[in-house]
Amino acid sequence: MKKPRFLPYLLVAPTLLFVLLFTVLPLAEALVGSLFKQRLNIPKFQVPVFYGLGNFADLFADPDFLQVLVNTGVYVLALVPLSLVVALGLAFLVEEKLGGIAWFRLALFHPTVLPLVSAATVWLFFLTPDYGLWNQGLHLLGYTGPQNWTGNPSLALGALVLVAFWKNVGFFMLFFLAGLQNLDRSVIEAARMDGASGLRMLGRMILPLIRRQTVFVTSIAFIGAFQTIDHVFVMTQGGPSGTSSLLLFHLWQVRFERLNVGQGDAVTVLLVAVLLAFTVTNFFWGESREK
Amino acid sequence: MKSKAANGFRFVVLLLLGLLMLLPMAWAFLAALRPPSEPFAAGNVFFGSHLSLENYFKAFSLAPFAQYYLNTFWQVGAILAFQGLSASLAAFAFARYKFPGDKILFTIILLQMMIPSAALLVPNFSTIRFLGLYDTILGIALPFFGSAFGTFLLRQSFMGLPRDLVDAAAMDGCRWDQELRFLFLPTAQASLAAFALSSLSWHWNDFLWPLVITQSDAVRPLTAGLVRFTQMGEIGAQWGLLSAATMIVTLPLFVVFLVFQKPFVRGYLSSGLK
Repeated sequence: MKKPRFLPYLLVAPTLLFVLLFTVLPLAEALVGSLFKQRLNIPKFQVPVFYGLGNFADLFADPDFLQVLVNTGVYVLALVPLSLVVALGLAFLVEEKLGGIAWFRLALFHPTVLPLVSAATVWLFFLTPDYGLWNQGLHLLGYTGPQNWTGNPSLALGALVLVAFWKNVGFFMLFFLAGLQNLDRSVIEAARMDGASGLRMLGRMILPLIRRQTVFVTSIAFIGAFQTIDHVFVMTQGGPSGTSSLLLFHLWQVRFERLNVGQGDAVTVLLVAVLLAFTVTNFFWGESREK
Repeated sequence: MKSKAANGFRFVVLLLLGLLMLLPMAWAFLAALRPPSEPFAAGNVFFGSHLSLENYFKAFSLAPFAQYYLNTFWQVGAILAFQGLSASLAAFAFARYKFPGDKILFTIILLQMMIPSAALLVPNFSTIRFLGLYDTILGIALPFFGSAFGTFLLRQSFMGLPRDLVDAAAMDGCRWDQELRFLFLPTAQASLAAFALSSLSWHWNDFLWPLVITQSDAVRPLTAGLVRFTQMGEIGAQWGLLSAATMIVTLPLFVVFLVFQKPFVRGYLSSGLK
């Protein structure tokens, strides 16, 4: 058969076109745009003017932005380890056969299916001060602190962590579960016979054996924490006084509320850099140790 | 095998955790059925004097949820159709042919998996504006017409096809599109289903991008519609009403999930191949 010379290129063209148009081009656009000052709500700056690294300098001199960075760090470092550790624990709990196990898995997993905006709306109700079930439950446990979770500066970020945790823990559990189910049972049993303690087995045997799932889940957990902020819109709007604003939400505010185009591009560049650091690390870590 | 006592303990722990996890949704479900004239108060938060659908009727009269549904259908349908087509073609090219530059092109496409589209919201907004597609369903969908994930997933399963079989088909004078349709695609059914379900649920739930790229009810999808609804001034803290709106947006999808649970879970897991 005659070798089709142009056919492969034609077949690849549509996908390539959309990737170039909506991944590569916007990346270049943000990089270039971040070097210009352009603010749509100030007549003088409606046309872009070269500004060097000024947008970045402005950002890091802005206490609001520094707070956003701290918030995002706290949010991610609280949410990711919490969700992963609990997800692993749940995977162990639901792994072996038990009456009604399918229902238990479903109960733990169901929030994954919901849109995050629905989950956040439901939680806003759940967290209502006074009669809300969350506060009533805490009261039963002896909690007497403030009840307005989304309106209290020291609790709002915690409320966001809570919702994201509830939404994702079952999803992460699924990956650990898939890993555990592929394990060779006899190895574990043998180790148990030899009197290996639970924690030792977990650290020395089980985690290394499900390394691939663990690396993968960890990276999607980090990336997800940076790129999903729907609950911020529904629950706190970044408030009170900026205490629950996250990087992507801040980006939205800078670009679409303050109409500061140049600074929006600068935040985009920073966000992409952070995300790339995670995806690339995951990619190479996952690949290199595979061999 | 664990002992009976250990299993009993596991059962109780799971029962408690499961109920705790279900509580927020279950409470909202009940709250939506409470008559709106009976406000919540401490000690009286579950059932009203009778079950009522009034909150649902009111929610439907305050916002065009039927329209939002239609918009979401068009949006996820268009994305899935184009992604499926473009990804099948590209995956076929990468799996079937060796051509100069194939590695580089594949790497460029994979870039899309490394940079989540959410981060590129701002420049993509400008592009869609420039194309004159602001506030259209096509504008919401267009950035997702190419899918690196789909291309990657399908290429993986296409490469599992025995080389001899492909060569034999080519000898018999099979055209490329016949090879794709009758040889490659049928072997990739599981991957196609997993890809389709993960695409559907991802875009069904997407919020921030549709929010910035739309401004009218005629194109706004369910997620953005719900958030607008929760922020309507006249609604305030009418939790029964807000819960009803949430249920309108959530329950149908939930039922679909319950029916197709197994393939859905497989779809979620396959996004793990990334």
